[in-house]
Amino acid sequence: MAKKRKLPEMLGKQISFCPGCGHGVVVRLIAECIEELGQTNNVIWNIGVGCYSLASIGINADKFDSLHGKASATSTAFKKLNPDTLIISYQGDGDAYNIGIGESISTAYRNENITVITVNNTNYGMTGGQMSATTLPGQMTTTSPKGRDCATTGMPIKFPELVATQFPNAAYVARGSVTSPANVNKLKKYIKNAFEAQLNNEGYSLVEVLSPCPTNWGMTPLQSHDRVDNEIMTYYPLGEFKKREVK
Amino acid sequence: MQKVNVRQERCKQCGICIVNCPKEAISFAEEINLNGYRPAVVDNEKCISCGNCYTICPDWVFEILGEEN
Repeated sequence: MAKKRKLPEMLGKQISFCPGCGHGVVVRLIAECIEELGQTNNVIWNIGVGCYSLASIGINADKFDSLHGKASATSTAFKKLNPDTLIISYQGDGDAYNIGIGESISTAYRNENITVITVNNTNYGMTGGQMSATTLPGQMTTTSPKGRDCATTGMPIKFPELVATQFPNAAYVARGSVTSPANVNKLKKYIKNAFEAQLNNEGYSLVEVLSPCPTNWGMTPLQSHDRVDNEIMTYYPLGEFKKREVK
Repeated sequence: MQKVNVRQERCKQCGICIVNCPKEAISFAEEINLNGYRPAVVDNEKCISCGNCYTICPDWVFEILGEEN
């Protein structure tokens, strides 16, 4: 007999993401991990500004809509005041790596005991697909209509690698993707590891997720999955960059 | 016996479940749902309850009806 797979009780109403958007999968995985770790009534979702701000509608848990880019900073405050609560900072690439890069780096540098989950879709999805720090070289967006010129705008940022190599105290750093069932299952392990690291007071944990954005890339959902697999993964490799130390 | 519960009112017709189904058991319905999409339907005879559709669906359409654990 097959194993029962049911939506976590924390999730209710449908969220109005675009068809094919990866955010729905990430929200569900986070809720599943919270439920499996028994933290349903002991969690604060700190949501930044982006398409994923819509997710507040579907999550029946304590949550906070942070200022743009400042979710890591407000999560730090929540953790200081509630040291036993699971704090999740749920952000996008424009939120965490452009507008909030100062807060994101400072939080990692201070090794705050929180979990940051960033969903990287290589543009500013909510505002119409503008270029962000993670836009790939040559990618056309509404603010780089001839393709991103890395001679004048710099190369795309690899934040997980930066944290893993430069901040040796960080507890857990990984990058996953939502483009196949195998990748989704791996991503769930990464998210669970990050939460366990926080609950064991091991320090800062970060999981980046490569997610398709069919609407702003001008593609069908299936084409956008192919783009993540064939184009984005060549620049942003998947895997664990910093594993938890066995204590 | 029904193996998968499909909540068709949530489906947005992205088609990701169709390419990730190992038995080609999922297709689009003829009728449209309230959002104007043709929702996914599961062929119960071909389905093997693997859970791939539950895992990959971004809109929480599928529930696998099996045993606990």
